[in-house]
Amino acid sequence: MIPLRVTEVSKSYGGVRALRPVSFDVRAGEVHALLGENGAGKSTLIRIMSGLVAPDTGQIEVDGAARVFRSPRDAARAGIVTIHQELLLFPDLSIAENICMADDPAALGWVDRAAQLSKARALLADLDSGDVDPAQPLRTLSVAQRQRVEIARALGRQARVLIMDEPTASLADADVARLIAIVRRLRERGVAIVYVSHKLSEVRSLADRVTILRDGGFVATRPAEGMTEADMIGLMVGRSISELYPKGEPKIGAEMLRVEGLTLAPRVQDVSFSLRSGEILGLAGLVGAGRTELARLIFGLDRPGAGRIILNGTEIRVASPQAAVAQGIAYVPEDRGLQGLVRSMPVAANVTMASLSKVVRGLFLSSRAEEAAGQDAIQQLGIRAPRGPAHIAGKLSGGNQQKVVVAKWLRSMPKVLILDEPTRGVDVGAKAEIHALMGDLTRQGLAILMISSELPEVLGMSDRVLVMARGRVTGLFERAEATPERVAAAMVAEMQGAS
Amino acid sequence: MVAAPSHRATQDTGWPHRWLSGHGQVLVVLGAIVALFVVVSFVNQRFLSPANLTTIFSGNAYIAVAAIGMTMVIITGHIDVSVGALIGVLATIAGTLAVAGWPLWMVWLAPLVVGVLVNTLAGALVAYAGIPSIVLTLGFLSILKGGLIVVTGGDWISDLPRGFFLAQMKLFGLPVPMLTALVLTLAVAWWMAHFRFGRAIYAVGSNPEAARAIGISVERTVVGVFALHGLFAGIAAVLFATQLTIIQSTVPPNLELMIITACVIGGVSILGGVGTVIGAALATILFATITSAMIFTNVSAYWLRAVIGGLILITVLADVARRRRQA
Repeated sequence: MIPLRVTEVSKSYGGVRALRPVSFDVRAGEVHALLGENGAGKSTLIRIMSGLVAPDTGQIEVDGAARVFRSPRDAARAGIVTIHQELLLFPDLSIAENICMADDPAALGWVDRAAQLSKARALLADLDSGDVDPAQPLRTLSVAQRQRVEIARALGRQARVLIMDEPTASLADADVARLIAIVRRLRERGVAIVYVSHKLSEVRSLADRVTILRDGGFVATRPAEGMTEADMIGLMVGRSISELYPKGEPKIGAEMLRVEGLTLAPRVQDVSFSLRSGEILGLAGLVGAGRTELARLIFGLDRPGAGRIILNGTEIRVASPQAAVAQGIAYVPEDRGLQGLVRSMPVAANVTMASLSKVVRGLFLSSRAEEAAGQDAIQQLGIRAPRGPAHIAGKLSGGNQQKVVVAKWLRSMPKVLILDEPTRGVDVGAKAEIHALMGDLTRQGLAILMISSELPEVLGMSDRVLVMARGRVTGLFERAEATPERVAAAMVAEMQGAS
Repeated sequence: MVAAPSHRATQDTGWPHRWLSGHGQVLVVLGAIVALFVVVSFVNQRFLSPANLTTIFSGNAYIAVAAIGMTMVIITGHIDVSVGALIGVLATIAGTLAVAGWPLWMVWLAPLVVGVLVNTLAGALVAYAGIPSIVLTLGFLSILKGGLIVVTGGDWISDLPRGFFLAQMKLFGLPVPMLTALVLTLAVAWWMAHFRFGRAIYAVGSNPEAARAIGISVERTVVGVFALHGLFAGIAAVLFATQLTIIQSTVPPNLELMIITACVIGGVSILGGVGTVIGAALATILFATITSAMIFTNVSAYWLRAVIGGLILITVLADVARRRRQA
């Protein structure tokens, strides 16, 4: 019996084909990974299988019998529960209530609180989360714990098929390991799992089969065994991996930025390095190594306890981000949603935000100058905004949002650009475009300090690689000598010594 | 009045701590009432006279009843600024029917029916047409207020028949308004904590998307809550209309603000998802106690608004701080 099979399902939204006919199935006790870039049709397929949208064509079978899902509740009744990236929980209710909210009530809608508590406790203990007190309000839990609550709820609803949409996207490494252990356990118990993730290493270690979608259509379903990450990427983008890091010949010039003995204990300890014009310096390290803290010091968001910053031959004092921008340093932070982008405003307004004085005519902001600036940015960076400069920034795809943030800082004419996780959360295609953009910018003489947690990106893009661990520099490698083994060893260098 | 268990209380280990953390606001309000009673009764012993106690516990009872419905509306993440006007209209309907000689049971029932109908319409427009509740109820406020003045010409209704004055009656030796507020508050608190629809109200206010995903109809919940709110507004209107020998055909000024304030001070989060009707009921008693305390200590009644305003700010700041701490 196949717990869930879809045959030739397709979907269009207002004439736009989101999904061409695709067939997909998942077996009991199997992890079936679903891969594809953003816009490849994964979300649409998940929405169809979870009952959020009805397919235009094709059919859904549960245990071999055709079914029609009118709502997520219908799907859940058939044993198919989806855990979305945005967790659908109630922060103000207790954990037990969150887990049992979807249960059918007793007569007259009476809710048995004691039964809810014991059911919640049993389900959580089953997921190695016995330490969580189900009577507490949900808002006291971490994201990882909340996710386990949602899994517990799915199991409480007798889920036989669990669809997990990028479950590790917002988890720290330790929590990822714990989640993977839970997924393995569910598989052993015979749950069928559809697993969507951009992290291919996870997919490689977890999946039994892999299905790849591209541009709204089916590409392949294969056993995961024997597939490399490069194979997967190749199928996802229709290109080979060597094309992913289009590293041109760099034109490296004079030293642009030098940092000497920069310290803000305990997160940044005596850090020194130099960055030349036209160079990309990759900054590698584990989470908590002090990379972002270092960037914040250089950009004037925090004041260093000791050390010097030398820009273009003269020592500078960066007392504030405004001062840093004035000196020619720009910083694109990690969380573009929180720190870099005003989602509700159009592209043009976002692009001009950091350099408003350039679009002031007389006393007023010139909307024409602003629009022209937006148009420039769209052309220069290849931002895909169908409505042009007036397109609302929050409605762009992740990669294009990132380009808007970069465009904003480029308008302040920086000499040094700090990019913190520039491609986190964007799909493979947009990633390649951002990488190409970085190449273009360095060829124009910009010096880039790139913080990235993705080793392939660091190795593929950097002219030199600087490694930090526990606030200290633990390695500096020329491109030719930066092998994954060496960089990884430096990333954990001090860990063995200390603690 | 004793605070009944709310949706967060459990019989689990360590419950006193948990109960306290979930009910801090209710306890603060209760403590404030007790403190006022102790202090003012020392200053002026007549504060505890039966007549004054009746004023405190019965005079604001209609506000407590209206606050029940408002609490539900705010917990779903909405608001209704038209309820004061609605109560004025419903009271006038009751008075007009009474003067026209309708049977008393119909006179008392009519405001309830009309209240439910009007607010079901409001709820449907909010839920299905997607009009923000504050905008919609501002519209209703103007229509109801203006309509009332046009229809009545601002005249007062007097010559009300004997037997009409429900709010002046006593049952089991207790004033009817106080008894009504007490019974309704406890019943609704229990219902919201233990029944499915009550849970749905919290769920919708806490995270509408999540509610939808597990099969709760957000729209139907909102319409249901507005309808219930209309019912309680109707009951409040009957208590309001029958407490004096005349009915002023104008809307009691700032009544809706008083009701919303009671909810907020009683611990209902203006952001939705959190609160109990017990807190709101206690807050109305607190207002009455403060008013009375000012009279008995010869403090100008004009200070009342400033005091309540201060209470709102403190309460909202505490709510925001709590959410930040737990987020």
